[in-house]
Amino acid sequence: MARRIVADYPLVLTALALSLLGSAMVYSAGRTDVPTYVAGLYKPQIVWVILGLLTAYGVSRTSVRLIQWLTVPAYLLSLILLALTLVIGTGAGTAAGTKSWLAIGGVRIGQPAELAKVTVVLMLAQVLAARRESPSSLLDLWKPAIIVAVPWLMIMAQPDLGSGIAFIGIFFAMLYWSGVAWPLLLLLASPAISLVLSFSTGLWGAWFLVLLALVLYYRPFLVEGIVLMLANVATGVVAPVLWEKLKPYQQNRLRVFIDPSFDPKASGYQVIQSKISIGSGGLFGKGFTEGTQKRLAFLPAQHTDFIFAVLGEELGFIGVMFTLTLLTVLLLRATKIAARANDAFGGLVAFGLMASWLVHVIVNVGMTLNLMPITGIPLPFFSYGGSFMLATWLAVGILLRISGEGRGRAGARVN
Amino acid sequence: MSFHPNDIARRARIGAILIVVLMTVLLSGFFNTQVLQHERYALQSEENRLREVPLPAPRGIIYDRKNNVIAENLPAYTVSLLSATESALKAELARLGTVIQLTPGDMQGALKRFRREPNRPTVIFPDAAIDVVAVLEEHRIDFPSLIIQSVPKRYYPDGEVVSAFVGYTSEISESELNSERFRNYKMGQQVGKGGLERQYEEILHGTEGMRFVEVDARGRVVNEAGVARPDLVPRPAPPMLTNIDMDLQRYVASVFSDTLMGGVIALDPKTGGVLAIHSGPGYDPNRFTGGIPQDYWTELNTNPKKPLYNKATQGTYPPGSSWKLVDAVIALENGIADFTTRMPQACNGGFAYGNAYFRCWDPRGHGSRDLSGAIEKSCNVYFYQLGLRIGLSRMIAGGIKLGMNERSGLDLPNEKAPRFPYGLDYFNKRYGPRGWTPGSTVINMAIGQGENSQTLASMARFYSAIASDGTAAPPSIARVTPKRERVFSLTPEQIQKLREALGRVVSPTGTAGGSAVPGLFLGGKTGTAQSGKTTPDHAWFIGMAPVHDPRIVVAVMIEYGGHGWQAARVASRVAAKYLNIPHPADRAPMGPAIGDANDGSVLATPVPPAGITATP
Repeated sequence: MARRIVADYPLVLTALALSLLGSAMVYSAGRTDVPTYVAGLYKPQIVWVILGLLTAYGVSRTSVRLIQWLTVPAYLLSLILLALTLVIGTGAGTAAGTKSWLAIGGVRIGQPAELAKVTVVLMLAQVLAARRESPSSLLDLWKPAIIVAVPWLMIMAQPDLGSGIAFIGIFFAMLYWSGVAWPLLLLLASPAISLVLSFSTGLWGAWFLVLLALVLYYRPFLVEGIVLMLANVATGVVAPVLWEKLKPYQQNRLRVFIDPSFDPKASGYQVIQSKISIGSGGLFGKGFTEGTQKRLAFLPAQHTDFIFAVLGEELGFIGVMFTLTLLTVLLLRATKIAARANDAFGGLVAFGLMASWLVHVIVNVGMTLNLMPITGIPLPFFSYGGSFMLATWLAVGILLRISGEGRGRAGARVN
Repeated sequence: MSFHPNDIARRARIGAILIVVLMTVLLSGFFNTQVLQHERYALQSEENRLREVPLPAPRGIIYDRKNNVIAENLPAYTVSLLSATESALKAELARLGTVIQLTPGDMQGALKRFRREPNRPTVIFPDAAIDVVAVLEEHRIDFPSLIIQSVPKRYYPDGEVVSAFVGYTSEISESELNSERFRNYKMGQQVGKGGLERQYEEILHGTEGMRFVEVDARGRVVNEAGVARPDLVPRPAPPMLTNIDMDLQRYVASVFSDTLMGGVIALDPKTGGVLAIHSGPGYDPNRFTGGIPQDYWTELNTNPKKPLYNKATQGTYPPGSSWKLVDAVIALENGIADFTTRMPQACNGGFAYGNAYFRCWDPRGHGSRDLSGAIEKSCNVYFYQLGLRIGLSRMIAGGIKLGMNERSGLDLPNEKAPRFPYGLDYFNKRYGPRGWTPGSTVINMAIGQGENSQTLASMARFYSAIASDGTAAPPSIARVTPKRERVFSLTPEQIQKLREALGRVVSPTGTAGGSAVPGLFLGGKTGTAQSGKTTPDHAWFIGMAPVHDPRIVVAVMIEYGGHGWQAARVASRVAAKYLNIPHPADRAPMGPAIGDANDGSVLATPVPPAGITATP
């Protein structure tokens, strides 16, 4: 070994601090006046953190080359697991109605989607890094699109909307990092934008004009352009049909995002109670484990999706500021690791992992304030869950390795 | 080359900016929610977790003049549920129904209370039996939103004895809640429903306290009593002192047996204080507390003796001969007659006026008598002529001046006003201008018949003015400073002579001679008033003792009692009891029943030509 790998202390310390705080919040989430099964969950959570640390340590001892070599098998493995989950999966906890868990003989093994988030990043990095030029047309993107689309479709079939959003975030972030131009990304996203805007004919019409201008400016191939426009028309047309196909609770979640008082007893309840928890926390909070909203079970999913509301209620704005700062430091550090990476693969992996965290943080934390619709997406280092904790620390390990092998000064000394 | 270091650095920079911008947006969202809007969410969080459980205040204890307890509070239990929604309440009630018996009525009542006051605990049993409470305490863990409260419950130790004046308490009704008087009341609160409880509700009800219990999202009580926020302690109402003499009240109720219908009021003429007030038959107010049992309610309402109808304050009856004192006072006040005045026609058993003949109650006649003698014998013929001298206008004006058309002012709700003409027009309106003659009308009125019916309370007030100096305070059960008002203006000698005449009524020669008791010096006036063509007459007696310096005025009215002396027998026993004079009827354990004509009095046989009856 030519180089001595020195740990990236800012990354490790930030991640450790977040894990400690996260475990403390899982502990607090279990402190309710009428005890539930959540009361004891902090113990397995601590075990998962320790296992995560070991995983990260192990991975950080593995060279990026080896990781790259393992990428294809790991990606295929996660596809198989996802497929298996669709067949024999079960629901659990706050997502009891879905098939997110891989279970064998009634014993839940884990959530393959969490592993897939990492392997898809690796696989995308593999494919994108192999190119000599940045993808410059939509046709150039068919390979990465398929890499993401296959697991994405399986995850959406579970259904796990939150993970699905994370995949899309990863996809766009990595394309961006590989040098795909903004307008192309916009064109790529245009059918999705059409889907959302089609609920207002005026808005959709305006968007269509913008799109037309973009196409003329960017001048894709003729066929591409036509397909793109047709795709936009198609999604715009099928949007109402899709809306009808949504389950009532899914429709309500979207309506409630616009106006929580639309359904205060059911779908809007979570958001309203979450905002009350956070708002009543004030500047300094009600004190660790003392949050009444959590204690008296007004706050739903307090140990998973809404754990940040517990933090807001008990530690106040000061605690929120501290935590968001830690998360920001972590994300910026990961971005820096991506920038300093030794090669394209390492950089893409680092940025992809960062993007995955960013999407989780923004959507999860935004959801507690109703800045984002409720999608059931966990908060890294905080939300209770073994697979997620392991996957998060797996990412930390990979980042550590990329950082260690990276150029320039990052605590790594070049021999 | 897409992975040129410069490109990478630029992308990293833009990425970093994006991260910082997004996190700043999030943080500002938290700043807005946690710092700027903190107050609002803090309030909502408190509303979420705290439920108010009212703590009823003990009602004021009612005492008589000797500090005997008339009304007190006993511990009882209410059972309520804290429910967030109506469907949750229904589900909880259904669950509760598996443990204890819940009638559809209980369920309906609970739902009604919930709809009116969803934020207060919904009362299921306002007065839960102890075995129900025991069962529920046993299953407490299964019903975390159940609240079992010890609350004060009204109790009247003497029960039926005090039913004429004490009233009862019960849950406030929907229509009461909508009224102005009870605008500060809440569903589920107890309120006085009659008698003193109603009259002095504002004084007796005290100030409700509040307990804050902490509930979780399902309405389960997590922390009781004072943990979340200290209790607001209920303030009991001050005790209420009355003029009632419970020994006398009990005695009146025992003398006035259940077979009789009618009322008794005993007053202290110096203060107007009500010493005893009774309406027979009575009812047990304790059975009314917290909801009247249906069978008892039906029984009371179908009883022909109307126990719920207060004969002392709500019943109006023709006063009969007890009205003759009103004639006398009007004549004396106006100088129409004095105590020596004799009428032109001596009594020979009847009096001819126009083409009608008005009989005296005694067909043997009373001869020529002065005013005192006429009162003693209750001679109709004398008062027919006195009435004619007074004249109808002055009779009506005099009655109004004496307050005989108004409520006595007794401090009980729903006292009825006497029926008394407001002027000559009254007769024109009623019978047409040619349908009546002033002469025969005033003749009728002079003996307390005709268009005149009085309550026991208003007659008692008038006689208490005779028992004092012509002034009287409104009869008052509550012990208040008496506000004496002048009823009539006679000289002390005139009043003294009136009382002497009343004393002669209860002498061997008078109409109530049988009620004379040695040492009692009872004076008073009988009245035997027509009640209808076929029914026995109403018996009146309003007396005072000792007659030279009265310390008690007793007014007795027995519906269909036959003759006034029968009411006098009750009055003499009541007055004797109050003044501690031994009464012969009490000495013999089985005293002669009222109605036994063994005192030598002669029962009037009314002969009513032209619709006229004469009464002693």
